[in-house]
Amino acid sequence: MDPFVLTRSLQRIGAVTLFLLGEMGRMVLFLLATIGWLFRPPFRLFQVFKQVHFVGFKSTFVVVLTAAFTGMVLGLQGYYTLRKYGSEGALGSAVALSIIRELGPVLAALMVTARAGSAMTAEIGIMRITEQIDAMETMAINPLQYLIAPKIVAGLISVPLLVAMFDVVGIVGGYLVGVDLLGGNPGSYWSSIEAAVEWKDVYGGILKSISFGLIVTWVCCYKGYFTRMSAEGLGAATTEAVVLASVLVLVWDYFLTSVLL
Amino acid sequence: MIKLVGVEKTLGGQKVLRGVTLSIPAGKLTTIIGPSGEGKSVLLKHMIGLMKPDRGEVWVGNEEISRLRGEALNTARKRFSMLFQGAALFDSLTVTDNVAFPLREKLHLPEKEVARRVGERLEQVGLAGMGHKYPSELSGGMKKRAGLARALVMEPEIVLFDEPTTGLDPLMAHTIHALISSTQRRFGFTAVMVSHEIPEVFLISDWVAMLKSGRIAAMAPAAEFINTTDPEVREFIGVGAAAQRAG
Repeated sequence: MDPFVLTRSLQRIGAVTLFLLGEMGRMVLFLLATIGWLFRPPFRLFQVFKQVHFVGFKSTFVVVLTAAFTGMVLGLQGYYTLRKYGSEGALGSAVALSIIRELGPVLAALMVTARAGSAMTAEIGIMRITEQIDAMETMAINPLQYLIAPKIVAGLISVPLLVAMFDVVGIVGGYLVGVDLLGGNPGSYWSSIEAAVEWKDVYGGILKSISFGLIVTWVCCYKGYFTRMSAEGLGAATTEAVVLASVLVLVWDYFLTSVLL
Repeated sequence: MIKLVGVEKTLGGQKVLRGVTLSIPAGKLTTIIGPSGEGKSVLLKHMIGLMKPDRGEVWVGNEEISRLRGEALNTARKRFSMLFQGAALFDSLTVTDNVAFPLREKLHLPEKEVARRVGERLEQVGLAGMGHKYPSELSGGMKKRAGLARALVMEPEIVLFDEPTTGLDPLMAHTIHALISSTQRRFGFTAVMVSHEIPEVFLISDWVAMLKSGRIAAMAPAAEFINTTDPEVREFIGVGAAAQRAG
């Protein structure tokens, strides 16, 4: 047996830990520098509108589709489960609370990651590889201000709006299946929502969606900005961005929920 | 104008520059030649502050650009323009918007003046009427010419050209060289070009320097450079081989 196996294993663990700590540090510095540039003129409103259109408007279809089917499946599952206990009247509150508190923010953020986040990483990565970011710097234009800050602002604006849309469509989807298709009571559906949903549920959902908007755009921009200079590197950066952003959304969701509840 | 003193740089564990000392004369076209992968583009990026040396100094006029950060670096960069190897045009903008980009961002000129200056530059590089096209719709040569128009539109003091003819056919390479040479003579800016186009660079350059093994192996006026006695330089520029074939 190799007498240095323990030493080598410890070295490897140490190297991985140091790399991860370094990467986390770089990510935080990247975000802080971008936030710093956000508050310095010129304020690039046109770029922000363009990114809101890309992140928000263009994600509407996929978010609405996801919301409709999520609400519908909740209506279906919820109706048959609650009927066993004779509580079909609580279907509306079950659907609404699940969507407003958890599924709306999380699924909308995952959809935005898949549709807009991956595209952001690829776009910024290609700009890095083809020296467009260097070209910007040589023109004395800060790429963090011109390129990254508008995307992060767009994430902060768009994701909460998409989540609001998700919530409404999801609740209506649950109604269509639970009431229209399976014959539940429409009055009970809406009144149970009114009775169960509190302001803190809505507020928690908004808070989550804002933080998810930040996480998705931050991670995806970072991965694209520091991509390796090859097609393979860009592919890896896009995959890493989607995986890391999705995992962070789920982990942050747990911690935020435990604080909000 | 630009002075590098003992510049050293290691990239990915490999020492690329091993103490480059070089002085670029003002108002002249200086070409840096050398084998591929020797760090010629890295050297250019040090001149404009895109890279910082691990050791050594980079001076532009009276400013040590290698020590500048933030706003001070941005101010120093206003004296520069750079034509990148792949032209580095912004994909999302048309040719006109690409050329107008630095004017709109930095000078905030009225649109009429922007249009006039852009039109003038596009005509100069032979792209009049192509302004509405996107970079993806252009050929390699047209991209380089659009990049050249963007590099010249701010009328900078110093222009850096990173292999401006790579990937072009000989005729297009000749056209680009002629454009660089004529605009440099017309505007009198300080030009630094990285190129592999031998012997054509000797015809258009005022000075030629050769980077080899991370150091400047030779630097001389173009006309004298061809007559160098250094065997390594002679081998690279093909003088020895040509003489052997002739003899």
